[in-house]
Amino acid sequence: MHEMSLCEGIRSVIENATDRPVTKVRVEIGRFAGVEKDALSFAFDVVMRGSVAENAELIMIDLPGRALCYDCMKEVEIDNRLDPCPDCGGGKLMPQGGDEMRIKDLEVE
Amino acid sequence: MCTVCGCGDAKLEDHHHHDHGHHHHHGHGHHHHDHGDIHFGHGPAGVEVPGMSQERLIEIETDILAKNDRYADENRAALAGLGCFAINLVSSPGSGKTTLLCKTIDALGNAPLAVIEGDQQTANDADRIRATGAPAIQVNTGKGCHLDGHMVGHAMEHLNLATGSFLFIENVGNLVCPASFDLGEDCKVAILSVTEGEDKPLKYPDMFTAARVAILNKIDLAPHCDVDLDLYEENLRRVNPTIEILRVSARTGEGMDQWIGWLTARLAAKSEPRAAE
Repeated sequence: MHEMSLCEGIRSVIENATDRPVTKVRVEIGRFAGVEKDALSFAFDVVMRGSVAENAELIMIDLPGRALCYDCMKEVEIDNRLDPCPDCGGGKLMPQGGDEMRIKDLEVE
Repeated sequence: MCTVCGCGDAKLEDHHHHDHGHHHHHGHGHHHHDHGDIHFGHGPAGVEVPGMSQERLIEIETDILAKNDRYADENRAALAGLGCFAINLVSSPGSGKTTLLCKTIDALGNAPLAVIEGDQQTANDADRIRATGAPAIQVNTGKGCHLDGHMVGHAMEHLNLATGSFLFIENVGNLVCPASFDLGEDCKVAILSVTEGEDKPLKYPDMFTAARVAILNKIDLAPHCDVDLDLYEENLRRVNPTIEILRVSARTGEGMDQWIGWLTARLAAKSEPRAAE
């Protein structure tokens, strides 16, 4: 739901970084970042209008979700927030990473 | 086929038409390419752009929410300087945040405090808070679905917070977006009313993971709603094994002592280092 605000954040970072036309924007999105990629992609097109990144392609790179299992106390990788621990099957997992939302780099003309 | 990007539906393409316009929808994200969000960036360097000269690649490595986080850090520093304890109250609409807040203000008696009310529209909630005698400022987010660090910073300037006071920030009723936006608060407190269904923490895990405390509110209604309070707690602990849970009815006052005790202990812990100076 807040993908529009995220894109406004992306636009302001881009405008501070370059005044050349941007062709590609690479962002890293963690599994647990709460970002809906389709919505981000849609909002990106709308928000970048009139900026140097108008017509730029948004490339989203998935980062894995990591969580600490409170049953076996191991840090494990999971795809979905409610998945059980792949090691012990435990159900109490606390995310330890995977909430990243970073702009990695830009390609410009 | 388009020779620029390789997409397929370019029957009318010829070089005369192709110079500028890209009339076959280039502008819209090159959507049919399926430019996998899978293979990029997995190499050791983290950047794999064949044929790309470095002059055309600008490294950014910045959090998308970096701007918000800067505002939040400023708020956090201002709060620390004043020894104020700030609570970000988050929940779905209708969980009873404002009623809980009014009763909390009554129960805290003369303790210095201030309130920031976030809603998309109306000043109804700030009016309700001011009726208790507490200073409150309403932030209307318009179309926004959450408060952000910038809005809260402005609101704090207007409130002239007293040293050692509580700052209650009632976020927009929304179990999704406010989870991602740091306001500079000490902690998030999620309010979940028993009429909402035991599986809310599983449906909206991010918010309950981000919260330090969950208040299970309206427990006076539990007997009328066929709900299992233990199952609420089990589901909360499943998405956040360290969450503290308080069972409360803001209406009848049940459980309020515990909540007030928690708040005063946290404020004391935060202002203690100042007292020792």
